[in-house]
Amino acid sequence: MNRFSYARATDVEQAIAHHRGSGAAAFLAGGTNLVDLIKENVARPTLLVDITRLPLKDIQTTPPGGVKIGALVTNSAVAYHEQIAQRYPLLAKAILAGASAQIRNVATVGGNLLQRTRCHYFYDTGTPCNKREPGSGCPALEGVNRIHAILGTSEQCIAVHPSDMCVALAALDAVVHLAGESGTRVLPFANFHRLAGDTPQIDTNLEAGEIITAVELPPAGFADHHAYVKVRDRASYAFALVSVALGLRLEDEKIREVNCALGGVAHKPWRDVEAEAWLRGQALTRDAVRGFADMLVREAHGRRGNAFKIELTTRAVVRAFEMATQRRFTEEA
Amino acid sequence: MSTSNTRDALDLAGVDEQRIGMTFEINGTRHQFELEPWTTLLDLLRERAGLTGTRKGCDHGQCGACTALVNGQRINTCLALAAVYDGSTITTIEGLARAVKNGQESDDALHPMQQAFIDHDAFQCGYCTPGQICSAVGMLAEGHVDTRDDIRELMSGNLCRCGAYVNIVNAIAEVAQLNAAPTSERAAGDRKDGGAE
Repeated sequence: MNRFSYARATDVEQAIAHHRGSGAAAFLAGGTNLVDLIKENVARPTLLVDITRLPLKDIQTTPPGGVKIGALVTNSAVAYHEQIAQRYPLLAKAILAGASAQIRNVATVGGNLLQRTRCHYFYDTGTPCNKREPGSGCPALEGVNRIHAILGTSEQCIAVHPSDMCVALAALDAVVHLAGESGTRVLPFANFHRLAGDTPQIDTNLEAGEIITAVELPPAGFADHHAYVKVRDRASYAFALVSVALGLRLEDEKIREVNCALGGVAHKPWRDVEAEAWLRGQALTRDAVRGFADMLVREAHGRRGNAFKIELTTRAVVRAFEMATQRRFTEEA
Repeated sequence: MSTSNTRDALDLAGVDEQRIGMTFEINGTRHQFELEPWTTLLDLLRERAGLTGTRKGCDHGQCGACTALVNGQRINTCLALAAVYDGSTITTIEGLARAVKNGQESDDALHPMQQAFIDHDAFQCGYCTPGQICSAVGMLAEGHVDTRDDIRELMSGNLCRCGAYVNIVNAIAEVAQLNAAPTSERAAGDRKDGGAE
């Protein structure tokens, strides 16, 4: 493994100060992705600031009735937390659909937001990659791109964000709490991750030296009508080809609210507020659901290896509606 | 971060000199080390503590062969930097039997999970077995196993390239006191009876 120095922080201010003192520092929490990236020579920090002892390990109810999850709460602790499992089962299910039990026992909420893509070329330092080495090229565009993006792509990068948890957080309209040298701020989840555009090396809108302190969920958890559908190449412990996090509020056979995020299809968890606005207020019918699913992929762009994801996405969305509403929206065979 | 691939381009002055003092209780015995920051818990166990039961398989968190119990939880020790876990209590395959006997030393005793793996022939080459057993013990302590499907799902972080999965599930199901199906059952049949046990 590459060499690095190590510093241990016990509070947020100290962590930020350690980070500031080094040109190529990285915060280390669970390390389930970062340690691997260092082994692969993809991440090359010269200083690791160990933040695992920071007091960011609580799950608290907020004044408006939501829940605030400390950045260092492990994935397992979130998924099996009684209030999360009952009020935000969409989040619990998405987390348990991801990684393995060993990794969930260690990986943190904050780290999950910051995990890097699993694009083969990003991990293979023997190949060019605009995300790893800006300007070097993207072999995925015409290469092995079965796992790559179909929405919001750029000619620089077609990598996808690999998280399951983040897809649920996007659907739940979570808010990310940050702390940095210039104080604290909050970012809506939709503004946390970025599309690749011309700067595929930048995954998020975190500023240099900024640290995630918590993720906050609003009161609405969509416990009555929700689904997390994950389609992957094996039954467990595989990244999503396509995933759908869906939360619905129904009233008199009408769709009053619809929050739908897609995973495995874009550089960030994909929300389409235009399509959601179109569906809102409509009756819960096969035409409405299928129309919505088709609308989500209206600007999808498939390549040789991943064009199948377009149809797969629409089918996964319809399946999510079926699971969330206990209805059937597919034709009988 | 540097965009160069070469170590020469990195600012590594002074990096190689750092050693970190750390203390662990491993299988009931206190150990102290002075180690480089990049030492993983897996390398510490195997190369510094002489406990080679914990295996290095993929070294990337994908196979589970390195699974040990750290502060009671199963984790991939290959992805864990030792310095981060300074002060932790670790149980490896070598210490499992001792752990279940409340610290009483006994040379010939096996943990019930070890005995079940033998009884059910739950391995072939044996390389993944310490990780499988530690993972299974950790899983049952987590308390989310009600069915054989739960075992399959929650053990998915442990690969067995010999394909001993059916017998592994049977061994764990016995310890979990689920009604173990015959060892000859096929995986497909195994999946259907999930909620009925």
